[in-house]
Amino acid sequence: MNELTIKSGPNSSDRKEVPSVVIRFAGDSGDGIQITGSRFTDTTALVGNDLATFPDFPAEIRAPIGTTFGVSAFQINFGSRRIETHGDVPDVLVALNPAALMVNIARLKTGGTIIVDSGTFTDRNLKKAGYLENPLEDGSLDGFSVLKIDIAKLVLEAVKEFGLSQKEGLRCKNFWVLGLIFWIYGRSRQNTVDWLNKKFASRPEIANANIAALNAGHVFGEVSELGDGIELYSIPAAEMPPGLYRTITGGEALAWGLVAGAELADLRIFFGSYPITPASPVLHSLAKMKQFGVKTFQAEDEIAAICSAIGASYAGALGITSSSGPGIALKGEAIGLAISTELPLIIVNSQRAGPSTGLPTKTEQSDLYQAVYGRNADAPLVVLASRSPADCFDVAIEACRLAAKYMTPVMLLTDGYIGNAAEPWLIPTVADKKPFPVNRDIDPEGFLPFARDPATLARPWAVPGTPGLEHRIGGIEKEVGSGNISYEPANHQEMTDIRRNKILGIAKDIPAQIVESGDETGDLAVVGWGSTYGPISRAVNNKLAEGKNVSHIHIRHIWPFPENLETLLRGFKKVIVPEMNDGQLKTVLRDQFLIDAKPVNKVTGQPFKITEIEDAIDLALES
Amino acid sequence: MNIAVPSEKLKPADFASDQEVRWCPGCGDYAILKAVQRTLPDLDTPKEKYVFVSGIGCSSRFPYYMSTYGFHTIHGRAPAFATGIKITNPDLDVWMVTGDGDGFSIGGNHMLHVLRRNVNIQILLCNNEIYGLTKGQYSPTSEIGLRTPSSPTGSVDRPLKPLVFTLGAGARFAARGYDTQKTLPEILKRAHAHQGTSMVEILQNCIVYNDAVFDNVLARNVAADKQVHVQHGHPLIFGADKNMGIRLNTNTLTLEAVTIGENGVTEDDILVHDEKNRSLATMLAEMDGDELPVAMGVLFCDPAETYENGITQQMDAAQDATTPSIDALLRKGPTWRV
Ligand SMILES: Cc1ncc(C[n+]2csc(CCOP(=O)(O)OP(=O)(O)O)c2C)c(N)n1
Ligand code: SF4
Repeated sequence: MNELTIKSGPNSSDRKEVPSVVIRFAGDSGDGIQITGSRFTDTTALVGNDLATFPDFPAEIRAPIGTTFGVSAFQINFGSRRIETHGDVPDVLVALNPAALMVNIARLKTGGTIIVDSGTFTDRNLKKAGYLENPLEDGSLDGFSVLKIDIAKLVLEAVKEFGLSQKEGLRCKNFWVLGLIFWIYGRSRQNTVDWLNKKFASRPEIANANIAALNAGHVFGEVSELGDGIELYSIPAAEMPPGLYRTITGGEALAWGLVAGAELADLRIFFGSYPITPASPVLHSLAKMKQFGVKTFQAEDEIAAICSAIGASYAGALGITSSSGPGIALKGEAIGLAISTELPLIIVNSQRAGPSTGLPTKTEQSDLYQAVYGRNADAPLVVLASRSPADCFDVAIEACRLAAKYMTPVMLLTDGYIGNAAEPWLIPTVADKKPFPVNRDIDPEGFLPFARDPATLARPWAVPGTPGLEHRIGGIEKEVGSGNISYEPANHQEMTDIRRNKILGIAKDIPAQIVESGDETGDLAVVGWGSTYGPISRAVNNKLAEGKNVSHIHIRHIWPFPENLETLLRGFKKVIVPEMNDGQLKTVLRDQFLIDAKPVNKVTGQPFKITEIEDAIDLALES
Repeated sequence: MNIAVPSEKLKPADFASDQEVRWCPGCGDYAILKAVQRTLPDLDTPKEKYVFVSGIGCSSRFPYYMSTYGFHTIHGRAPAFATGIKITNPDLDVWMVTGDGDGFSIGGNHMLHVLRRNVNIQILLCNNEIYGLTKGQYSPTSEIGLRTPSSPTGSVDRPLKPLVFTLGAGARFAARGYDTQKTLPEILKRAHAHQGTSMVEILQNCIVYNDAVFDNVLARNVAADKQVHVQHGHPLIFGADKNMGIRLNTNTLTLEAVTIGENGVTEDDILVHDEKNRSLATMLAEMDGDELPVAMGVLFCDPAETYENGITQQMDAAQDATTPSIDALLRKGPTWRV
């Protein structure tokens, strides 16, 4: 059953060539929507399209079947041109039940295509989704091309021969849909077949049933008239810099970047963490990397997680901890200790939406204050932000470099969107990168635990087990140099100054701020950080194409800022700051530079649309 | 500041740091510090391998007074720091010093988990049944009714028994001693020899906020009748005349104190201490000096695989299996060339 005969090639002449397409798969959380999405992503990447994805799933693991709060969705934007976001408005919506249609229909492009599993549009399901009338019959979908297929029935037919229960058979529904979508976009099934065979190696009947469903969906497309307005498409490969590519999610990129960074620093990693959405994928990825000497520790809570990591740094490893906002809040006191004892530490914050538990599966960028200001007393550390899944790799390496070189905690901000989204990645070669090994040559003669390297102001990292360097550290204020307990007023002032200056001095050691697009000076700078990179970049480029005078500046080093940032910003008449929070970077920019940066805020748990930023640009330029 | 000293011929004084000890005169912590400084020279650990880790409290100032490596951390979290240190470098000889508030109030959760995981460290619990550093509030081990600034009409909190907690958490070593006990170093050596988390509860006098709280057990005139010093394989006999013993009442499944020679009790009726018996250890840990004496010595010692060994073994297996290359890892899985 594993053999495939692929009838028509991906580029048969009756296909319409388009530059990009946005598909949104939606269904019940139990329908396997995320798997469908990631299989489509892998296949799409393999044919050389650029792409960006957006997994959008509910917080409930298994909400009651058929309800609107149980709807899981996966959106992918793919094309032959550069893709920067997962797409404002889907061209195609696949809705596997009425609830999925209900939740997602408002997003769909006018005139877009809807593919529904019509068999699920029963009175009961319609009622559960909140429909008074059947939308497939009441004319409410008239503006769209609607493809109604009784998928459940066709799937059960297709998998009959494998002797699965009805329930197990219906589980293959997502692969049937995938087969159909593959047909519409001229995609090969082989990669998915290989994946299924590998995934279900121990249960071949499941693999075969899914493959049969996949093929049946494809055949359905081949043999039936798909109906008005439903065409077959081809999307040529994108032009990308030459090299070897793979798709990567932010979670993986971060984990691999940390391992690469530690290797460049010649350090072992200790990762202490406590599960929390959406930070857990980093823990999962690192737990699989024991062969690199990575030690992971699932602690009893976030406090123990960071404390174990600080203990590990004290003992000579690179201590790393990771969490999301609520967990980072718990780590606050320990972060202060790491700052006070000047030990290297990386704190990854996968931001999520809202105060307290908020919207755990939705994205936001609202922990900037927490990162920059959120501790007791004057407690400065380094704050970095990654802008995309692949960027997590580079930012993680930079975090390792700064933490070890300056003996400081580094807060690395990412978010739920970046962590779960995938994009094609030109695979770098770590062996070609310049190593930054830690210097552990410390002479016991005249050793002082809080002596300082005059260039970096870092103190020596004297690791327990080294003869002659025995010393004590702790959170109580330390005498300059000796590190002995000191309550001297002038000494506390001096130590506070040193801790501040050490971190601010890092500005000399980070890349100058560049302008992503547009001129170095002008009418309007759109300043962003983190995962708003995609929509801001596309919006600014669109406006540049219209001849508008606008530039895009995207900040990676948030504390300290690059040395030239102030001058750069002063070169613009206006500065707007789009953020998925209530105006946090805006505040820091105003605070640091006394400039009139204006906020553009969106706090809905959903990423910015390109058009929203375009509108903000127009408004700023007009006013 | 520190000159490398050859590990042989170390003396207690070699373990004293150059820092002035700042506990109140008469504080039991001095005696505990001395006992530790007397113990270490007899162990086969090079000086640079010792790490003293503590939380926050009077007793947690301990590391500053040792000339070993030391980390004075934050309130209650010392077990987590110690765990990170030990996992990172199992070669280090990690000692944790904590108080009853630090270890069982704010740090109760971490204490539970370090004990159940069996990380190979020694925990010295300086139990003074009070918060010393914050000036005398009642602690989780304080007696009901204790009047303190935060319980002016008497505490209604039920006290926790640290060693019962320890055994309940699944720990493999539990011992008790007191600050001025001459034989405290012997208990510390047993704790050190034990592979796994060793909990040593040390009854410690806080002369300022809870003076003489253990006098009902430790005072010279009652000590013999109120303490039973347990030893593996030896009967649980105590009393000034060595004629008291502990017997298991098989009807109630409880321990009772009996006098040999009275009511037909003979030496054969007295329980023989078995330090591998968790049930017995738990009953001994419950004894509080009211009806039954307080048990001193090693109540329980039953070694099992340590946490860090488990991790090391998995690491070794993974590292044997593959020659790691991060570049190879990045290229594993579906890739395509442009
Ligand atoms: C987060 C935090 N909360 C509270 C305190 C205040 N605090 C310091 S020590 C202590 C209790 C100490 O009692 P114990 O552990 O019994 O030690 P002792 O001082 O008696 O040796 C408290 C509440 C603190 N340092 N940190
Ligand atoms: S307050 Fe009590 S425990 Fe603290 S140093 Fe003084 S006597 Fe010791």
